[in-house]
Amino acid sequence: MTDSSTMLSTVQAIAAALKDKPGALLPILHGVQDALGYIPSDSVPVIAKALNLSRAEVHGVISFYHYFRETPPGKQTIHLCRAESCQSMGSKQLEGHVKAKLGIDYHETTADGAFSLEPVYCLGNCACSPALQIGADIYGRVSPELFDELIANTEAAA
Amino acid sequence: MSKTIYVPCDSSAVSLGADRVAKAIQAEAEKRGIDIQLIRNGSRGMFWLEPLVEVATDKGRIAYGPVQTADVASLFDADFTNGGDHALSLGLTEEFDYLKKQQRLTFARIGITDPVSLDDYLANDGYRGLDNALAMSPADVVKHVTDSGLRGRGGAAFPTGIKWNTVLNTPSEQKYIICNADEGDSGTFSDRMVMEGDPFVLIEGMTIAGLAVGATQAYIYLRVEYPHALVALNAAIDKATAAGYLGDNILGSGKAFHLEVRLGAGAYICGEETSLMESLEGKRGLVRFKPPLPAISGLFGKPTVVNNVISLASVPIILDKGGEYYRDFGMGRSRGTLPIQLAGNIKHGGLVELAFGLTLRELLYDFGGGSATGRPIKAVQVGGPLGAYLPESQFDTPLDYEAFAANWTVLGHGGVVVFDDTADLAAMARYSMEFCALESCGKCTPCRIGSTRGMELMDDIIEGRDLDKNVPLLRSLCDTLLNGSLCALGGMTPYPVLSALNHFPQDFGIDHQADIA
Repeated sequence: MTDSSTMLSTVQAIAAALKDKPGALLPILHGVQDALGYIPSDSVPVIAKALNLSRAEVHGVISFYHYFRETPPGKQTIHLCRAESCQSMGSKQLEGHVKAKLGIDYHETTADGAFSLEPVYCLGNCACSPALQIGADIYGRVSPELFDELIANTEAAA
Repeated sequence: MSKTIYVPCDSSAVSLGADRVAKAIQAEAEKRGIDIQLIRNGSRGMFWLEPLVEVATDKGRIAYGPVQTADVASLFDADFTNGGDHALSLGLTEEFDYLKKQQRLTFARIGITDPVSLDDYLANDGYRGLDNALAMSPADVVKHVTDSGLRGRGGAAFPTGIKWNTVLNTPSEQKYIICNADEGDSGTFSDRMVMEGDPFVLIEGMTIAGLAVGATQAYIYLRVEYPHALVALNAAIDKATAAGYLGDNILGSGKAFHLEVRLGAGAYICGEETSLMESLEGKRGLVRFKPPLPAISGLFGKPTVVNNVISLASVPIILDKGGEYYRDFGMGRSRGTLPIQLAGNIKHGGLVELAFGLTLRELLYDFGGGSATGRPIKAVQVGGPLGAYLPESQFDTPLDYEAFAANWTVLGHGGVVVFDDTADLAAMARYSMEFCALESCGKCTPCRIGSTRGMELMDDIIEGRDLDKNVPLLRSLCDTLLNGSLCALGGMTPYPVLSALNHFPQDFGIDHQADIA
């Protein structure tokens, strides 16, 4: 089987399992992104058919929500908090350091495919600002030095 | 005898290393042949001390913190499993001033129990509210909530009992309860702490809401940024279902109540109740016109209660102890307690649950201990990204919905973000416009386009270009946003922008108050 047909059969299985839930589109999109890391454009017609929606409607929903992505992410996605509480504790400086260290801006992936960088507007860790998330792990009171350490550990573990 | 040790599972504690500390304690105990029972409790909400490790002793729980993995061996050397002295010893947790001065009603169990243990929940007054509610008529349940004076803790402060009463009195074959757990405001984490630290209290509160209004299906709309809360909620829902607290026949009453967690996808606007319902229906989160009110035509067009996590989590104690018990806390028309979240540049950040009425100054200095950096506090943003910035001259405002409204400020969801004197309020005002532009659902023109124009205007003002023209234009734009938006995103972005301009004109390059009129 080709990669593309594997992908489509994954999407079909997720859509078939969830399509009868009331308001099934978001659960299906989450399922696809959890399984594949992103929502490939080829999956849109499959999801649309399962829910009897137009492709435009499905695309509209995907593009509305910041969390859903239409391109493959790096091995790890870093979510850096940009909200007020983190700003009060120097997240602007941290942001500058992170971008320089990785050599990418928000919504980009490093050339080696190791990291993607996304902004996030609050991780609910506001008493331990500044905060960020690497993969599923959340970190508080992140200094530039701690960030370098976290990145080194992540790369060593990869 | 086995020693009981507590290491919080709260995601803020985890963000500071609590998982690694828990593992290290487990490993060290095995190595030394000490029999321990390690419990992952919720957080006490004193985040400068996290990870806060506690040990159960005859005298009560003794705390150590902040503990890192490197401290674990020396803690065992100091016999901490028997409460031994160590450089990180903090004494009895119950004797901490920070906790003793609080009035924890909604947060009564958090940090004390194992969040996903139904036995712990039942042993600590859990499900007493539901027992009482099952013995009452729906109208009486609603009456208790109305009598309690509880107002929506999500930020809008609408009386919860009145909302429930509308749904109760709207006939329909299907009604819904929705818990708005899309806690997107910067500086807030009380919903997260409840869901991670005591998920059963939310489940119980929602079940009571279902009985009160005749709803059999409920959803928790949870933000995707809270993965730990998702795990805790699903674990608690499974246990509650297995024990008959959820399902087709709650505790043999013949009444059904089903609960499902649904994830958002990073859209701040979906914290607005009508946008949230669109999202739950599988659509873009576009704000709906009101009327019709969600209480009459909400999710899938059916009567729907939409309440915040804290509102719903406050219901069990109201049904347990009665509406009057809850109403006796607070001031004026703000009854009960508010879980306040101290965040940002603050020395002792954390969760402070108190009756309404304390002043902001008491909160910032008596609880918060001043700024984290030790510099003077310049401004405080209360109520999330749509809340006003308060200067020092307003720090004596009591925490009360009406007292805040009288200052053109908002209490919102109780988030307090502190800034020291290095903060640039013009940059923060620009950020507010940028945030509005990023998160606007696009339905109303002032919010969709005005926010981008506002960002450009702020750039001009920050560069010092044509202030005499651009400052009045910014005010006029804010007026349009304020009056021409359906929801609070566009309607309240002027709060942080104009409060920053009015109280900190020097940050905008304006020397004299008269110039900004």
